[in-house]
Amino acid sequence: MKKKGWKELPEGAIIEKVPTSQEFKTGSWRTQKPVWDPNKCTNCFLCWLYCPDSSIILKEVNGEPKVSGINYDYCKGCGICAEVCPPKIKAIHMEKEEF
Amino acid sequence: MSETLKVKQALTGNEAFAFAMKQINPDVVAAYPITPATEIVQIFSKYVADGEVDTEFVAVESEHSAMSACIGAATAGARVMTGTSSQGLALMHEVLYIASALRLPIVLAEVNRALSAPINIHCDHSDTMGSRDSGWIQIYCENANEGYHSLIQAVKIAETINLPVMVTLDGFIISHGMEVVETLETDVVRQYLGKRKPLYNVLDYENPIMVGPLDLTDYYFEHKRQQIEAMKKAKDVIEEVITDYNKRFGFDFPVFAEAYRMEDAEYAILSMSSAAGTMKEAVDVMREKGEKVGLVRLKVFRPFPYEVLQEFFKNVKAIGVMDRSDSVSTMGGPVFNEVRSALYDLDTRPRIMNFVFGLGGRDFPLSDALYIVNRVKELKEGKTLDFVEYVGVRE
Repeated sequence: MKKKGWKELPEGAIIEKVPTSQEFKTGSWRTQKPVWDPNKCTNCFLCWLYCPDSSIILKEVNGEPKVSGINYDYCKGCGICAEVCPPKIKAIHMEKEEF
Repeated sequence: MSETLKVKQALTGNEAFAFAMKQINPDVVAAYPITPATEIVQIFSKYVADGEVDTEFVAVESEHSAMSACIGAATAGARVMTGTSSQGLALMHEVLYIASALRLPIVLAEVNRALSAPINIHCDHSDTMGSRDSGWIQIYCENANEGYHSLIQAVKIAETINLPVMVTLDGFIISHGMEVVETLETDVVRQYLGKRKPLYNVLDYENPIMVGPLDLTDYYFEHKRQQIEAMKKAKDVIEEVITDYNKRFGFDFPVFAEAYRMEDAEYAILSMSSAAGTMKEAVDVMREKGEKVGLVRLKVFRPFPYEVLQEFFKNVKAIGVMDRSDSVSTMGGPVFNEVRSALYDLDTRPRIMNFVFGLGGRDFPLSDALYIVNRVKELKEGKTLDFVEYVGVRE
């Protein structure tokens, strides 16, 4: 994206369109990435609960919430989801990220 | 001649500022008392208590909070004013930059006072000179009458260009000295100012915006450049507003600087604020002796009207610049440095020297004023002098 020059910017250093952090994709900060296995997942939602970036995607299936994947646009690869996933289940494991 | 009814009142500088604020009737005033500006908001808070103004008065616990509250209110489109002095202005310092960069037309009634240490409550210009790079327009008034009218003009200037303005009066000398002030009628002032049309309104939830975001290396430079452009344009706005004010209400206030007996002057003094009154007397005394000396009283210090000074001084052989503060740079005061820089490009550059005087309220008698004029005369005649002298200090 071409950055604006001083003559094009709104006065007073305001941002006319209210921005949200959704526009600021931070997934590229990752060195490791979580990989989710839908076949092992029991939908306990611990990963969703603990994720600091709201990167665990939930979808409604037959009126019930289900884990449906990981949003890599924002996931910084902290590994908390893999850590809190119950040890007997191990539905999420970390892999080296390669962009 | 204007047909506007004017009322002559005996007022101190602080009373003149407070009375102008009452007539302006700002939406919000947030302030903290400080000598010698205490009376401004003290009197104004009485107007609030008596229901003479509609202002929301915010009593805060420090000047930093006062300016912060002013900024908050101004981002919501309110007409905002405050008053302070010295350490209070210094405590506002951090937030002054935010007010100007967010383009908020806050008007500050400032009373010039020395900065600590040692503690001193009397007049000098160290306080506002410390804020000279904060992006605020600065207007230095000679007396209470000019202070009253400049405060009203300041609201117009600020809201036209969307930059904050501080109007200053010399502490105690003007703030507590009583003189005749020719005031306008309240209705006239309110009609003249109308309603503020804000650049933006952070409380407009139909059109949400973000104010004061993180800029970093990406956009900070562009935003600063934009602010510099506004300050350049402020020169035209200041000229338009003061010229229009004079025409409308029948006054002859100078715009950027006042020239006193400069027509055929061979040498001149540049002074600011109340000291200019004493300097005018000294110029008169010397003129009676046949000396071709004049005075330029600089009124607007930010933006710095270098073009105007170049015009005033293009035919002058020597100039003495008076500073009521010292930048402790070992190169004289701030006014001197800027005036000298402004005149560097003249075809025939005048000889120029600096007089630092009156620090911490040190008296500035006519004898000192005459000494300065005589020193500049010696400079004109070719004598080699130090480029800065300290007048009125004990050796």
